[in-house]
Amino acid sequence: MTRLIVGPFNRVEGDLEVTLETAEGQVTGARVNAPMYRGFEQILEGKTPGDALVIAPRICGICSVSQSVAASRALADAMGLVPAPNGRLAANLVSAAENLSDHLSHFYLFFMPDFTRDIYGDRSWYEEAVQRFAAVKGAASKDFLPARNRLLHVVGILAGKWPHSLAIQPGGTTKAVDQGERVRLLAVLSETRRFLERVVFGDDLETVLALETPEALTAWSEEKPHSDFSRFLAMSRDLRLSELGKTPGRLMSYGAYPDEGALWLSGGLWEGGAVKSLDLNEVSEDPASAWLSGGVGHPFDSDTLPDAEKDGAYSWCKAPRLQGGVVEVGALARQAIAGNALAQKLLHEDGSTVHGRVVARLIEAARLIVQMGRWVDEFRLKDEFCVHGEMPDEVQALGTTEAARGSLGHWMVLKGGVIHRYQIVAPTTWNFSPRDASGTPGPLEQALVGAPVREGEASPVAVQHIVRSFDPCMVCTVH
Amino acid sequence: MTDAPLNVLWLQAGSCGGCTMSLLSEGAEGLAAGFETFGLNLLWHPALSLESGDEALGILKSVAAGETPLDILCVEGSILRGPGGSGKFQMVSGTGRSMASWVKELAAQARYAVAVGTCSSFGGIPSGGANPTDACGLMYNGDRPGGLLGDGYRSTAGLPVINVAGCAPHPGWIFEVLVSLTRDEIAADDLDFFARPRLFADHLAHHGCARNEFYEYKASASKLSERGCLMEKLGCKATQASGDCNLRVWNGGGTCTDAGYTCIACTSPGFEKAKNYQETPTIGGLPVGLPVDMPKAWFVALAALSKSATPERVKQNARAPHIKVPPAKGRSKP
Repeated sequence: MTRLIVGPFNRVEGDLEVTLETAEGQVTGARVNAPMYRGFEQILEGKTPGDALVIAPRICGICSVSQSVAASRALADAMGLVPAPNGRLAANLVSAAENLSDHLSHFYLFFMPDFTRDIYGDRSWYEEAVQRFAAVKGAASKDFLPARNRLLHVVGILAGKWPHSLAIQPGGTTKAVDQGERVRLLAVLSETRRFLERVVFGDDLETVLALETPEALTAWSEEKPHSDFSRFLAMSRDLRLSELGKTPGRLMSYGAYPDEGALWLSGGLWEGGAVKSLDLNEVSEDPASAWLSGGVGHPFDSDTLPDAEKDGAYSWCKAPRLQGGVVEVGALARQAIAGNALAQKLLHEDGSTVHGRVVARLIEAARLIVQMGRWVDEFRLKDEFCVHGEMPDEVQALGTTEAARGSLGHWMVLKGGVIHRYQIVAPTTWNFSPRDASGTPGPLEQALVGAPVREGEASPVAVQHIVRSFDPCMVCTVH
Repeated sequence: MTDAPLNVLWLQAGSCGGCTMSLLSEGAEGLAAGFETFGLNLLWHPALSLESGDEALGILKSVAAGETPLDILCVEGSILRGPGGSGKFQMVSGTGRSMASWVKELAAQARYAVAVGTCSSFGGIPSGGANPTDACGLMYNGDRPGGLLGDGYRSTAGLPVINVAGCAPHPGWIFEVLVSLTRDEIAADDLDFFARPRLFADHLAHHGCARNEFYEYKASASKLSERGCLMEKLGCKATQASGDCNLRVWNGGGTCTDAGYTCIACTSPGFEKAKNYQETPTIGGLPVGLPVDMPKAWFVALAALSKSATPERVKQNARAPHIKVPPAKGRSKP
């Protein structure tokens, strides 16, 4: 047996170290370490509740809006406040713009460059991959970055800037949109849609979204091979990514984007191939393998306190569990649980794999741009964008949302008018959790077992595909 | 411009990654094109480069040993010195060494050192509260000189760390500083009293604020989402904060105050220590933080005068989310 330490593991939004045990050309065990701790939960203690809107988003520069949304919902929950409909729509749009930008950033900047590695020099697609997907300098990143900038104008118009805005408040948003701004939003969305159709999918979004089975997707991509999505699908078939990086296949989504009366993407638990209801009272965090003191507990009852010399610990990340078990979060979970036929069939046929995670992310990107146009149309421009409430001195409150990479929750306890406890469980906290007290490894740790390691590889490429397929955000993971 | 591209090495210390995310929004042609145009060669970046694991480590080691020249070292994020000075709150993965020790070693090789963002400039948000990780900036602890490298640090070009403060900084601030360095156009007197580039720090965030008419009359918003001035009641510090924030557009069209929320002075050391960001502290009805360079007596007198002279249009619009009263027709031939 050989031990490999892979780090600095980059293109993961923060710090990551993966320790692998390998034997006979494959990974036999993995330990995932999030090696950076800033103490946001400690910093938030004693603050005025509204200050969470300044501090919490700064956990993360790539999921900043998602952190903002979760914090605003925790505060709204504390006040029993329902946001103004216009504010709800604006927050959906800002959040969707961030998630769409993140999905595409992940695809173009973080995930695809790994196919340009020398190790793939013998593949038929290699030269095109290098030309298109080379890190920083590839043609695709030059196509993508201007499109990304334009898409983020949605955030500029509705929330001032990205990242780190204060526009999203418990009762709505601070910016009341006018007629001209509505048209500017529609212009950005139509340009973004054209980028998706021209470069990412090479086809009408309606055609792409009508592909409901893995077989239909394959047939379509072979017929229309000249898009970045089809290029990925061809590489994925060649490298059999639908067999790589499998987790146990228990998936969770809190649901996202409130429409009138219901969530646009409904939440739940995917278990045994079906969608079940979700009870967040059954969430716990286990610090057994983390350099943190304390025992297993629900976020309302737990603290986050460092203990750097703790025996047996190997990460700053706690192990969140649902009903005591491991769950995976992300776009594949979100789409399958919300009823997307293709995502569900991918899970039924392959389980949760590298291939399915990437496909679900891009399908969600196409769905988002269509839905964003509807939200812009729904603004009632003469109405208010923000309502206000009274903050109680003592309360416990929960704010949840879905960041691009999965479920995000803020559990807040107020005492004496200030924040007594603020616990954040982020998407990659779930996906990249270390072992819990019973020794059960987290989703990534399980997904890595069986990954091939070629002769002489110090940072195995299969491991890199698997790790990045989760679209990790390490700065959120430990905060 | 120098002929050979300048080598840029980017490190993320105790960061959120937001400075990088902001920088990625630079330029109509995209950041990669901008770097190429102006001769900036990214040696390694933790979010963008291909090299991972052993390959990345090889680059860091080569720079640390002086084998690869380091023209510009960019550090994003606070330096986490704890616990107990060990730096264990951030170990650079795969190296068994703290980020603090890596930054120290690499800074000694750098021709220019740039702190990107308020965290690496002054400590930033991670140094808030009780500062649980003993976070600091490269040459500052908040507004006090010191930090990881100490007040005496000079890069090999003879400059202190250049503090491109902001949380997150405008992409243009970062990019324009990097490009100015390729032209050797930043000298000590191009930096302000906190070593922030004067290209953005010589302005106040207030300059160009779209709420200026409301400010002139002290026609104030009392609740968020109203159009009035945010200074009197809602905590806005734009009249004290460095930055040309309202002279530029952010993400194609916005600014903080234009979007209806308060300036929290994120370019200033110590902004993380504030309390009740969205409320203005007052003593005897007067805001505690008066505009920079403004004598208190004058502020009181002018505020009283302008309040009494506030046009009805301005008064009503200040308290509404949408314009209620449009400007009067005025003379048809000015």
